[in-house]
Amino acid sequence: MTKRGAAKAPPSPKTPAAAQPAAKVAASPAAASPAARRSHVPGDGTAHAAAVEQARREMLREGTAAKAVQVGNRGSRTRIGADALCEALLAQGVDVFFSYPGGVILPLYDILGDYPELRHVLVRHEQGGAHAADGYARVTGRVGVCMGTSGPGATNLVTGIGTAQLDSIPIVAITGNVPSALIGKDAFQEIDINGITLPMTKHNYLVRKADDIPHVIAEAFHIARSGRPGPVHVDITKDALQGETQAPHPTQDEIVAGLPGFRPNMDGNYRQLKLAATELANAKRPMILAGHGVLHARAWDDLKALAEKTSIPVAWTLLGIGSMDERHPLAYGYMGMHGWKHVNRAIQSADLLFAVGMRFDDRVTGNVRTYAPYARIVHVDIDPAEIGKNVAVEVPIVGDAGRVLKALLPMVAAVAPEARKDYFDQLAEWKHESEGSSWHGSGAWRDGLLSADYVVQRIGELSDHEAVYVADVGQNQMWLARYAGFRHPNTHVSSGGLGTMGFSVPAAMGAALGSDREVWAITGDGGFQMTFQELMTLVQDRIPVKIALFDNKKLGMIRQWQEIIYAGNYHSAHLLGPDYLKLAEAFGIPALKASSPAEVDDAIRFAQGVDGPALIWFEIAEEQNVFPMMPAGKGLSDLIEKWGGAEE
Amino acid sequence: MSADAGSGPGAAGGPGPAHATPPPRAIPGTGEGRLHRLVALVNDRPGVLNRVASLMRARSFNIDSLAVSHTDQPGLSRMTITLHGDDVAVEQAAKQLYRLIDVLKVQDVTSEPTIEHELALVKVRATDANRAEIAQIVELSKGRVVDLAAESLVVEIAGTEAEVDAFLGLIRTYGIKELVRTGAVVMTRGSGSIEEALKR
Repeated sequence: MTKRGAAKAPPSPKTPAAAQPAAKVAASPAAASPAARRSHVPGDGTAHAAAVEQARREMLREGTAAKAVQVGNRGSRTRIGADALCEALLAQGVDVFFSYPGGVILPLYDILGDYPELRHVLVRHEQGGAHAADGYARVTGRVGVCMGTSGPGATNLVTGIGTAQLDSIPIVAITGNVPSALIGKDAFQEIDINGITLPMTKHNYLVRKADDIPHVIAEAFHIARSGRPGPVHVDITKDALQGETQAPHPTQDEIVAGLPGFRPNMDGNYRQLKLAATELANAKRPMILAGHGVLHARAWDDLKALAEKTSIPVAWTLLGIGSMDERHPLAYGYMGMHGWKHVNRAIQSADLLFAVGMRFDDRVTGNVRTYAPYARIVHVDIDPAEIGKNVAVEVPIVGDAGRVLKALLPMVAAVAPEARKDYFDQLAEWKHESEGSSWHGSGAWRDGLLSADYVVQRIGELSDHEAVYVADVGQNQMWLARYAGFRHPNTHVSSGGLGTMGFSVPAAMGAALGSDREVWAITGDGGFQMTFQELMTLVQDRIPVKIALFDNKKLGMIRQWQEIIYAGNYHSAHLLGPDYLKLAEAFGIPALKASSPAEVDDAIRFAQGVDGPALIWFEIAEEQNVFPMMPAGKGLSDLIEKWGGAEE
Repeated sequence: MSADAGSGPGAAGGPGPAHATPPPRAIPGTGEGRLHRLVALVNDRPGVLNRVASLMRARSFNIDSLAVSHTDQPGLSRMTITLHGDDVAVEQAAKQLYRLIDVLKVQDVTSEPTIEHELALVKVRATDANRAEIAQIVELSKGRVVDLAAESLVVEIAGTEAEVDAFLGLIRTYGIKELVRTGAVVMTRGSGSIEEALKR
């Protein structure tokens, strides 16, 4: 700019070499300058430095390398890593995935148009993509897929991956990463995502070569869905996505042979099965505890068969909801912290717990010392590490829930229901008492305010209990679990383990793409405000999710805890929200508000009548609690059923 | 509050101790910690050590020592992990290790007859006056002086952890300038082989 600056500029390359006889090489202006300074490139001249420089240059012209080899349509252009990725996804039966583009994953987007069979859903935030893949996996039983770019794209996926990890959901999360030569150099949008996902995935990979993509993707899917399912993260460098490859896709046998450290034990040990049969035969007050493993193993028919043959009632965990039709005479109910009092009571007096595919989580047991004090425990789980982790058990059985239940069925003695008459009478009495004390048929909670449990019940009834119901986290989640009435497996979707607020809307998005059923997202105003950016995805992709927004203008469960456990010291429990009708209108989503019991049915029917996404704003009572409630650290016998004189 | 605590075995209709206080349920584990040795065969791949270390940290298992090396089989590494804990906690650690895809075999060899060895290098302060004395202790402890300097010497000592500890106890009075220990490596006695048990 200034003359001084211009004077300081290095000599132009056109300067005749003869004018600088001292310079041996006049290849560059820097070298040609009188006081030749050393290169700024660390290790200049080495192959590594050249690779880094090349990678840096490619970072600045995203995608050009892929274009360079593109010579027309898919058939005739060179096959690159991104092609191998798409082929591998198709080979795994993937029909839809949730993703968001970014610098280093652009080579994939460059060729994605050549794979119209792969439906790409452009989410508005990668977390939404991960939850959508999760929701898709939960309703279909297949592996869900989400993607994102490096750095922030990858870290945004993390909450969704963690959610899948805690609930054992098979998803494959794929991220782009900076070119392999730049890894470890804190390049733009580089983060050690492999280190981040390592402790929260079933397995993870860093792929640096295009040739590795086919077998890594196949392995990732195999690991995600086999044994105890779980998320697998595959991080692929940009140069691996762009590199040319002829690597073939492995067969399933090759995949299994290549994973000697992954051999899930599917069948229960025969001696242990015999012991379990004996326990079942000796028990006078047995109870089956069904968990998520029953759904993963698609073992609901086996569960029913065993329960019916032995006349043993079935209770379920939060994630075990749907493993048995709630109308079945042996279906006893939902257990745990906010479970039914009669169920917890039965567990506390049982002499045998036959637990299948559940892990005695603290929300299920409360204080382990006082948990089921009279019960011997048979514990069936596919993951040996779950057995004896939280409670000591008498009969451990490692195996797939379906295979164990099938094998056990012929070994157990048939018991007629009449033989358990006293037991059943007692259970029926408890159930009657418990349901009677916590139910509001009128729909109003104190002075005409809308009661959340009533709304949940009506959504269940008006959808004939045939829909998929996706919970968020908190009070809405517990109301849904208790009052919707579940009849089919995999129709209840809930973030049980990680308890991820903001889960509902994006997970419902994935569920709706995986299921032909009507899909309801049940969410509170807190969780909704965390991820409602996906409303636009629902509109753009015409995904017909019906959103039931339970607005109590509170972080309801926070408020409940502060009322009961923190002596009414409310802090940050009150939550301001927008005008949700205007919000929905801005997104182009038909919406209604319902503030009184009389408006509930029409609002639900309105949403059902919309072809596409719809939102119902239920203004519910602000201070309704979920009861009963087991305070953390207390036992199943220490349930709080009312507070401050209010009957909930 | 419910009165469930009183609904004992008899509550379901039959006779029974109506208000007998049930015994507290046992929590897994005895709480009596002792030293355990785990041998793990793992894939020789980048990041495997990180996976093992990360798992132990995340699940609050305390590693006393960890020794890693190749085996004679290509692609196969061996870890010897020493940790404190009760039997149930260590069994849980082993089960969690098994969940790692890259972990092929885990064996708790604590109760088995084993050869255990650890190597230590110790830089001991020495003067002309006491050098001979130190050398004698080293010799009696079946160690070896591997470096001599004007004011110090470096001793190599191998043996069980207890033997190394005992030697260090003897030598400490002279002043330890520097100490490095490899951590124990173990192998079971007899012809049984954890690598052969792997059947790759």
